[in-house]
Amino acid sequence: MAEFRLPANSTIKKGKYFKVEGGAKNIRKFNIYRWNEESGENPSIDTYEVDMDKCGPMVLDGLIKIKDEIDPTLTFRRSCREGVCGSCAMNIAGTNTLACTKASGDIKGDINIYPLPHMKVVKDLVPDLTNFYAQYASIKPWMQTVSPTPSGVERLQSPEDRAKLDGLYECVLCASCSTSCPSYWWNSDKYLGPAVLLQAYRWLIDSRDEATGERLDDLEDPFRLYRCHTIMNCTSTCPKGLNPAKAIAEIKRMMVERQG
Amino acid sequence: MAITKRPTAPHLQIYKWGIHMLLSITHRVMGVSLTGGALLLLWWLVALSLGPDEYASFQLCMGSALGKLILFGFTAAQALHLCNGIRFLTWDMGRGFSPEGIMRGNILVITGTIVITALVWLIGYGLI
Repeated sequence: MAEFRLPANSTIKKGKYFKVEGGAKNIRKFNIYRWNEESGENPSIDTYEVDMDKCGPMVLDGLIKIKDEIDPTLTFRRSCREGVCGSCAMNIAGTNTLACTKASGDIKGDINIYPLPHMKVVKDLVPDLTNFYAQYASIKPWMQTVSPTPSGVERLQSPEDRAKLDGLYECVLCASCSTSCPSYWWNSDKYLGPAVLLQAYRWLIDSRDEATGERLDDLEDPFRLYRCHTIMNCTSTCPKGLNPAKAIAEIKRMMVERQG
Repeated sequence: MAITKRPTAPHLQIYKWGIHMLLSITHRVMGVSLTGGALLLLWWLVALSLGPDEYASFQLCMGSALGKLILFGFTAAQALHLCNGIRFLTWDMGRGFSPEGIMRGNILVITGTIVITALVWLIGYGLI
């Protein structure tokens, strides 16, 4: 059952305020969600003043500057800083995106940063993605074949069949879409969520894969697939500009079409 | 490590509402409220079958300001549910998923709801 309010241990308190030192002129405030297990306290919002004249353009630049120069205890995931690895997915200014590809200049007012919504928090902006990855593994995201492997060549694919994977293979599994979805918030124990369903579709339409029927059988479930109610938060939030909602609709269509 | 102690990150509390999201939840709430509207229709039919006295009392209730407000809400809910329902059908056919498509759908659904509701009431009052 959907729990619309935050549990008692998750309500957010006001936190610390870090003032910028020196005569900075171009100051912006970063309001950042903080929680660590050792403190034994509820999460809080810490506010950091950042001198934007001495800071890179992206939100991730701000976070790294804060960690380097103001508060080394601030914890977040990041790696590639160019939208390829998907590590720095978080909720910025109300929508989920990658901190490395979101420009601070595109945000009006204070820069509010939370972990991916409705996820269990490990520390600060680091969510626990165990369930998300387990769901990904459950759709068997690899090529399944029954025909013998051709000798000496790869399994070939026509340019047209290859083109069907465009808009799908680019997904970096950052979980922005899944954690933007209210259906996933309330039912992430049973519903696979947009990211994993987009991946499922990526294998369903791969001309080289030979387990389409079994894959559809596995998805034919009131929760795993059909908890998608086309709310469209996934497509609206995807930092890579992909369209998980459309991929899910295509799976639903395949379900209908195979019934003949 | 005691994983259960981990807090849940805020969701509804912080997520920025888009029109698509608002229309989606309104569609569901209106769907439920239409069940109440169906009871209203039933009352109308029962009153009609029971004779002029009962029908007059029905008319008195629904003709009052509050009754008219409820009827207005019922027709608006009906119109929104119809327009949004058609939109869900087009989505099920795999159309209208681009960001521009979503925006166009938002505008069409809202415009359709206003136009249909207005038409029903204008015709009801004999103005057109």
